[in-house]
This record gives sequence, C-alpha cells and structure tokens, in this order.
Amino acid sequence: MSTQVFYFVATLSIIFSLMVIFAKNPIHSVLYLILTFFTFTVHYVLLNAQFLAVVNFIVYMGAIMVLFLFVLMLLNLNKETEPVKSPLIKIVGVIAGCCLIVTLVGSFKAATITSPLILKNPGLGLVENLGKELFGPFLLPFELSSLLLLAAMVGAVLLSKRDEVEA
Amino acid sequence: MDIAFIIEKFILVAVIFGISLVIAMYSTYAERKVAAYLQDRLGPDRAGPFGILQPLADGVKMFMKEEIIPASSNKWLFIVGPGLALLCACIGTAVIPWGSPMEIGGKIVPLQVSDINVGVLYIFGVVSLGVYGVMIGGWASNNKYSLLSAIRAASQNISYEIAMGLSIIALLLMTNTLSLKTIVEQQHGWHWNVLYQPLGFLIFMVCSFAETNRAPFDLPECETELIGGYHTEYSSMKLGFYLFAEYINMFVSSAVMATLYFGGYNYPGMDYMATLLGPTWAPLFGTAILFAKIFFFIFFFMWVRWTIPRFRYDQLMNLGWKGLIPLAIANIIITGVVIAIIEKF
Repeated sequence: MSTQVFYFVATLSIIFSLMVIFAKNPIHSVLYLILTFFTFTVHYVLLNAQFLAVVNFIVYMGAIMVLFLFVLMLLNLNKETEPVKSPLIKIVGVIAGCCLIVTLVGSFKAATITSPLILKNPGLGLVENLGKELFGPFLLPFELSSLLLLAAMVGAVLLSKRDEVEA
Repeated sequence: MDIAFIIEKFILVAVIFGISLVIAMYSTYAERKVAAYLQDRLGPDRAGPFGILQPLADGVKMFMKEEIIPASSNKWLFIVGPGLALLCACIGTAVIPWGSPMEIGGKIVPLQVSDINVGVLYIFGVVSLGVYGVMIGGWASNNKYSLLSAIRAASQNISYEIAMGLSIIALLLMTNTLSLKTIVEQQHGWHWNVLYQPLGFLIFMVCSFAETNRAPFDLPECETELIGGYHTEYSSMKLGFYLFAEYINMFVSSAVMATLYFGGYNYPGMDYMATLLGPTWAPLFGTAILFAKIFFFIFFFMWVRWTIPRFRYDQLMNLGWKGLIPLAIANIIITGVVIAIIEKF
C-alpha cells in the first residue's frame, strides 16, 4: 500500500516539477512549484517525518511561495515584456544542460544500488525525538545556524534602510 | 483499517462539514442582526419569523444569478480561486477535538477526526495556505484593484502569521505538546490556558482577526479604496464561495481559540455531569458547551467589526511588525523564565 502510494506521489512530483519548467507563464510556474512542494510534504508523511512534513508545508508552501507569487504578481511578467533572447544564449543553455545531464548520468551509473536503509528508531521524525536530537547532540550547529539566519535578517533590514541613511 | 473505522470517520467528517456550512450560513444572518442591533435598526425581518429564512433566500439568489467570467481573465485560475478559498477554510476542522470520547452502543468513538501529534502546526499550515485562494482569484481576475487587493492580502497574511506563530510558541512552552487533544485534556478543571497566557491570547486573537480578513483588518476588501477588493470581478456562487469561506474561517478560528485558550469542551462541574448523564450524553453536553464558546467568539468577531473602524495600511503594518511581534517575543521570554524558575524550585 505504502509503496504504491509512494510511486503515485513520486510520479506526480516529477510531472509537476517538469511543468514548472515548461509552463510559459511565470505565475503558472510558481503554482506548479507549490504543487511540487505539496507532493514533497506527502513524501515526508510517508517517511513518518511528520514534523518535517508540516514545517515544509508552512514554510515553503505557506510563506516562501506566497512571497514568490507576491513578487511575480507585482512584476506582471508576460510575453510582451519579456526581452528577446539572442540565439547565442539559447545555444549556451543547451550545451550547459547537456553537460549537466552527462554528469548526472555518469554519477548515477557509478553509484551502486544499496539495500534500503532501515532506521533504528522509526519515530525519529516525530517532534519530540527531533527536538531532543536538535537540542542534545546537535545543539552547537543548531544555535550557529540560527545566528546565521539572524545575521541575514539584520543584513536585509540594513539594505532596505540604506536610502534613508544617505538622505 | 477496517470498514467500521472508515464509516465512523466518514460520518464524523460529514456531520462536521454540514455543521460548518450551516453555521456559516447563519453567521451571515447573525452578522446582519448584530449590525442592526448595534446601529439601532431592525435588520432582516421579511423572510420567515424574525427573518430566519433570509440565509436561504440569499443562497437561492447566489445560485440563480447570472455567472460572468471576464473575457480577459485567466479562466481556469478564476474558477480555482474561490474553490481553494473554501477548501482551505473547511479542512482546518479536521484536528479540532469536538468533545471527549463518546460511547455509542458499547463502542468508544472519539469526537475528533484525526489526533495528529502536530495538530497545532497543522492548523497553522492551513491558515497560511488560506491566502492562496484570495491571491489566485485576485490575480486571475485581470483587474488592477483585484490585484492590489491580492497583494495586500498576501503581505498582511505573512506579517500576522509571524506574530501568531510566536504567540503559540509561548503556549507550547507550557503544554509541552502539539496535539490539540492533549492540550484540551490538560485544561480540565479550570486550568484554562487563557489564565496563564493572557497576553499570548490577546496577540493570537488580534492575529486571527487579521488572518481571517475581518474588520478592522479587512483591507483586502476595502471598498472605499479597492471597489470590492479581490472579488470585484466575481459574481453568482463564486462570490458566494468567497463570502462563505470568510465565515467558515471565522468559525474555525473561533473553535481554535476556544480549544487552545478556553478549555475546549471542558466546563466547571464536568465530572459531576459525567456521572449524572452517563458516557453517551455527557460528551455531547461538552460539545454543546464548546459550541457556546465558539458562538461567543463569533459574536465577538461581529461586535468588533461594527465597533472599530478599518485600519490604514501603514497602521496595519506598524501594529504587526512593531507592536505584536516584539510583544510576542517578550511573552516567550517571560514564559520561559517563569517556567525555568518554577522547575528550579
């Protein structure tokens, strides 16, 4: 049952992420990206990582993508305003994409198929266990990353205040 | 997963869904009556005794009106918008415990669709998703007023989500759990969270006004500036969906406030009533108490709407970022320090 659900959701993830690239309208792209993130949330639930699932739901779908949509709606991009790309850029893009595919295929061929990893503790993704891990063995990296986020926040506020300082 | 389990959950979901829709319907009637009372008028009184058939008449009107999809709109998203708004409004009810487990024919039935152990975060996620209906509908209308309204809704929603999340964190420091069922059970016997977290509750309530786009924070549909806001181009039942979603949101956030801060289905003298009424009827009485609390909050939403004028946009942002967020952070620090001191001694 769970395997079938996985394959179904995995197919949906791939279809939606392809639609993100192929959609002509940037707003449609973002909406497909939201659907892609939703399928990721389902994947996390299937892995019994409920906390990660719901955080992915709140942060990516509920906050970051709203901001993406917000910016795109303000810009109101459409076919008329899109700058005409020179053929040179297109050729460069195709070559770069092919290089990426070759690298990916090569690395996947080199990788051997391992047996599925079985967690010692299947409840690791639950809130309580995750909290104990984060605030126990991983306390220092956790606090450092929060400091990093704070620095980024202060930096963003400072950048937006720059005009006032000059004037 | 046996058939009986699925049928039991299906019935519960159907009943909750039906009740939410009926409450949303009669909220429109209640809103007009409350407005009339506050403005010293009579309000609707033509359809049926005291006008209680007015919501039915409105419903028929909404269904029968001509439906117009603007030619220059994005048709597919124009239809998705109101549907998404209503969907996001309804799915929040899934994790709310409506009553203590009830005994039906020797079988214990929990009056909650799903007790997931991240219940509080689930509610939070559904709330943050709710803005998509407004944004997609507003953008797809291809009308600059709708677009402005959609953008306002997005920025308002994101700003107040932060303060809301921070106010919940202070509550979670005390409850030590994210499961709504456990949070309600902890409040048994006058241990209502509002008594321990009055500031947290105040912040949460202000934020839920903003998240449901209710006055005084109804800037996305500010008719003096934006015509009708995000639903300017909508007609017929699609408009009805948006209006319905607002009232269901109000119902769900009232239920969440009652559950998180006002003891949910708990009431004084509950244990005595449980022995008096037996295991079948006592939980239902608790549910009735919960609904009484919910109705009070719905009334409070309306009371505020017809009392306080709408905020200006910069006032809204200042209140959110410079007022509520620092207050919520201070609340977390105070709660943390007090808990640490209590645990120490």
